[in-house]
Amino acid sequence: MKNLSAKKLRDKIAKGQIKSSDAVEDVFRRIEQIDGNIGAYISTFKEQSLHQAGEIDRKIADDQTVGDLAGLPIAVKDNMCTTFGATTCASKILENFHAPYNATVVQKLIDADAIIIGKTNMDEFAMGSSTETSGVKKTVNPWDTERVPGGSSGGSAAALAARLCCAALGSDTGGSIRQPASFCGVVGLKPTYGRVSRYGLVAFGSSLDQIGPLTYNVEDAAMLMNVIAGHDKKDSTSVTNETAPVPDYLANLQKPIDNLKIAVIPSFLTSAEATLRESINDAVDTYKNLGAEIIEIDMPHIDYAIPAYYLIATAEASSNLARYDGVHYGYRAEKPKDYIEVYSKSREQSFGKEVKRRIMLGTYALSSGYYDAYYLKALKVRNLIRDDFDNAFEKCDCILTPVSPTTAFKIGEKLDEPLTMYLSDIYTIAANLAGIPAVSIPCGFDRNNLPIGLQIQSPPFTEDKLLQIAYMFEKQNDYHEKIPPILN
Amino acid sequence: MNDLEYKVIIGLEIHVQLCTKTKMFCSCQVGFGEQPNSRVCPVCLGMPGSLPVMNKKAVEYAVLVGLALNCKIADFTKWDRKSYYYPDLPKNYQISQYDLPLAENGYIDVPLDDGKTKKIRITRAHLEEDAGKNIHSTGNFSQVDLNRAGTALLEIVTEPDLNNSRQAKTLAIELQKIVRYLVVSEADMQKGHMRFEPNVNLIINKDGKEYKTPIVEIKNLNSFRALERSIDYEIERQLDEFLQTGKVMQMGNKSTRGWDGEKQVTVLQREKEEANDYRYFPDPDLVPVVLKGKWLDDIKGNLCELPLKKQIRYVSKFKLSEYDAGVLTAERSTAELFEKAVQAGAKPKRLCNLITQIGLKLANEAGRCLAELGLNAQHLAQLAVMIEKGEINASAADNIMQQMIKTQKDPTTLANELNLIQKSDEDELDKIVGQSLEENAQAVEDVKSGGKKSKKALGFLIGQVMKKTKGKANPKIVSKILHKKLS
Repeated sequence: MKNLSAKKLRDKIAKGQIKSSDAVEDVFRRIEQIDGNIGAYISTFKEQSLHQAGEIDRKIADDQTVGDLAGLPIAVKDNMCTTFGATTCASKILENFHAPYNATVVQKLIDADAIIIGKTNMDEFAMGSSTETSGVKKTVNPWDTERVPGGSSGGSAAALAARLCCAALGSDTGGSIRQPASFCGVVGLKPTYGRVSRYGLVAFGSSLDQIGPLTYNVEDAAMLMNVIAGHDKKDSTSVTNETAPVPDYLANLQKPIDNLKIAVIPSFLTSAEATLRESINDAVDTYKNLGAEIIEIDMPHIDYAIPAYYLIATAEASSNLARYDGVHYGYRAEKPKDYIEVYSKSREQSFGKEVKRRIMLGTYALSSGYYDAYYLKALKVRNLIRDDFDNAFEKCDCILTPVSPTTAFKIGEKLDEPLTMYLSDIYTIAANLAGIPAVSIPCGFDRNNLPIGLQIQSPPFTEDKLLQIAYMFEKQNDYHEKIPPILN
Repeated sequence: MNDLEYKVIIGLEIHVQLCTKTKMFCSCQVGFGEQPNSRVCPVCLGMPGSLPVMNKKAVEYAVLVGLALNCKIADFTKWDRKSYYYPDLPKNYQISQYDLPLAENGYIDVPLDDGKTKKIRITRAHLEEDAGKNIHSTGNFSQVDLNRAGTALLEIVTEPDLNNSRQAKTLAIELQKIVRYLVVSEADMQKGHMRFEPNVNLIINKDGKEYKTPIVEIKNLNSFRALERSIDYEIERQLDEFLQTGKVMQMGNKSTRGWDGEKQVTVLQREKEEANDYRYFPDPDLVPVVLKGKWLDDIKGNLCELPLKKQIRYVSKFKLSEYDAGVLTAERSTAELFEKAVQAGAKPKRLCNLITQIGLKLANEAGRCLAELGLNAQHLAQLAVMIEKGEINASAADNIMQQMIKTQKDPTTLANELNLIQKSDEDELDKIVGQSLEENAQAVEDVKSGGKKSKKALGFLIGQVMKKTKGKANPKIVSKILHKKLS
């Protein structure tokens, strides 16, 4: 069962060939066996999941109609609110926070009869690229347990790679779906900003955050997009279905794109590790052999993406995280002298180092006297980067780049060097600044047998085409079918 | 020393709570006096992952006020976060509008005592969400009630164009009328629907030099009277302070004082303007508001004639006194009833008396506004015509109007049913007058003798006639007959 994609499992469950209860039990057996070592989950819901699976099996046995994800064991990142279990954001300040509502995506999964089996570890408030800033626990990479799974959706990527779920949701503010997907050898899609509702996603950088699927293959990503995409009246920034109709992502998935024009950015390749570079070049050749035209482009403002991103994301975060103050919910320091101390002590005692660093940075960027020089300038850079992409997409259908300059790095290697850590987002954050969709798909392994990811970026609201392009590549290889050694 | 020459400078900061059914950014019902924290949801509680969604109605209400205040309405506006930490502010930022307010550069006409009006400039008007309330109970803790958190609030800022407390109060009354006319706020000051915070200082002329006293912002004003009194107090206090200390306005020495209604004094709350840095930035959870085309036209369609303009029109068109016109236009529904009844054929002055002397008295007794009494404009006009024709007198009109409210019947039917039609038959009244004169020889003598007693005696005689006719005699005719008989 562990070698089945979500789509195949779903089809077998719907046909009654496999019981959802068996799939769920199989997953929990593995969780009990190895998640002690992996550390992918912050919380799991075994009893509830088995109960739901039983209901689905009964429905199927009774020939009742079931949802598009019926009976599938799915994991969600612990920054999406659920009425069951806690929603911690891997932070001490929310360790006992029980949301009275489901995030819209969670509700959509439930409505599609998916079974949410657990909530995955992450960098605290999604601030990090290795899941090491989690205030709850450590997560390791199933391909090499000495290494990080990437982040911030590291728990979701690790759970998937270790076959501890059949699909997962992550959130991506600067690469937080794509980078862990590449580190763990799975598919990760960051949809266009506004395509998927953010309601119930605990905010980090509101203008950058986007929820997306992590899956075994491209088809599974399309299947999940069919469920989670679309307007939500509770999220003003989600795009209306009139403005951007939601296509059936599965409908044309297997149809190759004719006259495909692919762009590469030569300067990006030189900065990546050698094995990585080779894999990307191989991928480019694969597309060439499939008849695609390859062009080289320049993104004149891309060098400013990282500084702009770390001003905008931290500015928004400093404001978004102001609400965690010990007054209304969450951790409260004991014996405060006055209400100011309720704030200062609660926050001091329960936020981790990285979160504090980013709150400080963002507060500074928004302060009077600095606003114009930092925040406002960053917004201008953001517009220039958007223009860069607009110009690029006039010449091509998509842009191929690495996902990260390296494969999974060692635990602790970059934790004390925030700037090095920030640079690991170098290829992914531009998509967040521009709001465009981007997918990471497995495209090889380095000499340590660590997965390498290929990033494909396309114009806003072209996820259907993006997935078609990704599928063209995926069909030519079996990287996505490899299983980490820990499972052997 | 107290005959110093000085000029008073007053600007107002006004908060108007809009009477939308739901809050500014969530669908919680707006309501007061409820169980604390019973009108809340994840959005107005600022829970993780919740997102605001703009209440369109609030924007429409705010635009209406902006238009009524002759402001330029922004065709593009946005929402900004204003950051500060306070327990009654769940997100620790308030969604407000910073550099692109919904409305700006307007004015309001304030009527002065001499019959003229003064234009007070409006700097800006913007929408924001209200905070909750901290409840400081005894013991070493406070409680927070967030029922009010997220309620739509319109902040209006005037230029410092007001020069005395009376002008400030008049502006406040005028604004209250306007927002009530537009049905966008209940505007009850006592309930905090409308909050005025005047900024007051003086320019003092001493020995040929000008001195500006430090600006004081006054808070805790919950009535028009408190607004007026507190400013008057503050003027005196600032004069005294200047004379004693010579303190003048400087950067950062603006202070906040609270009005103590019991002692009738302002009390210092905050000495120096704290160097607040609100770190405003555009709220990424909300999309900008584009106000043009049909939407704006539709909003403009809801604009009505404003109270002051209506009052002036009543004086010139209906030849009413300024006072009467003011009373009739104080509430939009009263004015509407009046105008409908005029259209139905009532003479304005007669109708005005009917409304102001009887209608509003009855409304007051019922604790409601006139329009809520259910009076029909047609019937009201008929009633005025009946008085005009002398078919009934004033006391009968009172009685009939009460029955109109109760029964919804027309006044002619009621007058007949109640037997209140006046006796205007001169022959019949002549007889009754004659009888009365015979029975009251003393009074007749007093009238004839002239002098002090004459007037009183005449009144007495009229009273006797009225008694005999059970109040139905036409007083005009009785008076005419009396004069004839006694001269």
